[in-house]
Amino acid sequence: MEQVGQRKIDGMWLTVVGFAVLFFLILPTLIVIPISFGGGDFLEFPPNSFSLRWYESYFSSIEWMSATKISLIVAVMTTAIATPLGALCAYGLHCSTPRIRNTAQAFVIMPLVVPVILTAVGVFSLYAKLGLNYTLTGIVIAHTAIALPFVIVTVMSGLQNYDFDQELAARSLGASRAFALWTITVPQVKFSIQTGAFLAFVTSLDEVVISMLVSGGENATITRRMFNSMRDHLDPTIAAISTCLIAVSIGALICVRFLGSRGEVNE
Amino acid sequence: MSIHESNGSPQSLKNASKIKFEERRESLTFLGLSLPAILAILIVVFLPIIWLSSLSFYNAAGELSMENYARIYESALYRRTFVVTFQISIAVTLICVLLGYPLCYWLTKLPDRTASILMIFVLVPFWTSILVRTYAWLVLLQRNGIINSSLMSLGIIDEPLQLAHNLTGSIIGMVHVMLPFLVLPLYATMRSIDTDLVRAAVGLGSSPREAFWRVFFPMSRPGLFAGIVLVFILSLGFYVTPALMGGGRVQMLAQRIESTITIYSNWGAASALGVVLLLLALVMIWLMHRVFGLDKLFMR
Repeated sequence: MEQVGQRKIDGMWLTVVGFAVLFFLILPTLIVIPISFGGGDFLEFPPNSFSLRWYESYFSSIEWMSATKISLIVAVMTTAIATPLGALCAYGLHCSTPRIRNTAQAFVIMPLVVPVILTAVGVFSLYAKLGLNYTLTGIVIAHTAIALPFVIVTVMSGLQNYDFDQELAARSLGASRAFALWTITVPQVKFSIQTGAFLAFVTSLDEVVISMLVSGGENATITRRMFNSMRDHLDPTIAAISTCLIAVSIGALICVRFLGSRGEVNE
Repeated sequence: MSIHESNGSPQSLKNASKIKFEERRESLTFLGLSLPAILAILIVVFLPIIWLSSLSFYNAAGELSMENYARIYESALYRRTFVVTFQISIAVTLICVLLGYPLCYWLTKLPDRTASILMIFVLVPFWTSILVRTYAWLVLLQRNGIINSSLMSLGIIDEPLQLAHNLTGSIIGMVHVMLPFLVLPLYATMRSIDTDLVRAAVGLGSSPREAFWRVFFPMSRPGLFAGIVLVFILSLGFYVTPALMGGGRVQMLAQRIESTITIYSNWGAASALGVVLLLLALVMIWLMHRVFGLDKLFMR
C-alpha cells in the first residue's frame, strides 16, 4: 500500500515538472506573438489593445524589407546549391568503401560541432583576402558550407533504409548508372532529400554569427539587422518580424514531420 | 585473392586485374560525386580555421613565438574569460540535465501518441531562430517585464529583480536554447529502453525507486552522456545569447574572440583563444564519438 502511494506521489511530481519544463520551452513563442499584435506605443504584455501597427512598421520599412529580401534570396540560393551537392555527396559516400565513408562522414559532420564563432572569424578573414565580405556570393557560399552537413546526414540516413539492390537490378536490366540513380533511387529517398532541403533553408535563414561578420551594407541579412537592433533597445517591430520567422519555422517543421511520416509509410 | 590461387591461368589473372581496375575506378567516381560538397566544407570551414590557428604562433613582429599563448595564461582578463565560460557552461549543462531528464522520463511513460504531440513543445523552440527566443526572453525578463510583475503581484518580491542584462539572464536564455540538444538524444535513448525490464525488477522484489536507479538509469546513460557533451561543447563556444543577454557584463570566450578581432584587431591573440576553444571542443567530440557515435545526434 505504502509503495502504491509513493508511486502516485512520484508520478504527480513528474507530471508537474514535465509540464513546467514544457511551459518554459514554449513560453517565449507564446509571448512574442501577442506582443506583435499590440496597439500601444511601447512594448507591452499583455497588450491593452490590438493592432497591426508593428507589422505595418515592418512591411513599410525599406531597411527591414531589403534585409528580408536578402535573407530570403540567400536562403533560397543556399538550399538550391546545398541540396543537390549534399545529396550527391551522400550517395557517393554511401556507395564507397566503409573506410572512405567513415572518414569522410566524420569530416563532413565536423562543421556542426566546430564553434560557429571560429567558422565565422575564419570565413571573415578568408573573404577579406578575396574581397567577398558584404557580398551576396560570399554569404551564399558560407551558408552553403554550413548547410551541407545537414543535407548529407539526412540523405545518408535515408539511403541506409533504401534497398540498394533495386538500383543494381535496374542496371543489370540495362539502365545506365545515372539513369538508374535518377529514376529508381532518387524517387525513393525523395523525402530525406526534401527534409535536407528544409533544414538547409532554415539553417541559412536563422544563421546569425557568420551573417553578422560577413554580411553588411546593402547586403545585410535580417538576422544581422535584428541582432544590432536588439543590442540597442526592444523594438516591438522585432516581435512582428519574429512572428513571421516563427511561422516559417513551424511551416518547415510541419513539412518535415509530414514528409517523415509519409516516408515511413512508403518503407 | 582466392581466384589467383585456385586458377592461375593468364586469362583469369587479366580478368582479376581488370575487375580490380574497374573497382578502383568506380570508387573514385563515387568519391568524385562527393567531392564538390567536401571541397566546399574544406575551403570555407577548415582551411580558414587552420590558417587562423597558424596565426596564433606568430607575435606582433611576425616572428614565431608562443607569446599569444603565454599571454592567455598570464593575463587576468583572459583567465577570467575562461573561468566564466566554464562556470556558465557547467551551470547551463547541469540545469539542462535537471530539467531535461525528468521531462524525458515523463514523456517515455506517456502513451506514444500523447508523447509525440508533447514533443512539439520541444521541437517548435528548437526550430525557432535563436534571435527570436532571445528577444522573447529579454522582453520577459526586463525590469517591468511579465516575470517581475507577476512575482510582485504574488507578493513574492517587493522590488523588481535584475534578471536581464546580467549572468542570470544569460543562463536562462542559454538553458532555453540548449535544452532541446539534451532532450532529443536522451529521449531517443529512453524510448528504446525495454520498460519490461523495469517491471521485471519490481516483480522480483525491487522497490520502484531502486528499479529506476539500478535498471532504467544505467540504460539511459549513453543518451544522457551524449546530450551533456553536446550541450557543454555548444555552450563553450556560444555567442548570440550571452552577447545580447549579458548586457556587457558577461564575457564568454566567443565574445572575447569576436571583440579581440573587431575592436582590437589583434588576430594573434584571438586565434590563440580560438585554438584553445577548438581543442576543448575536439576533445569533447572525441569523447562523445567514442561513447555514442556522432552521426546519430544531428537529426533535428
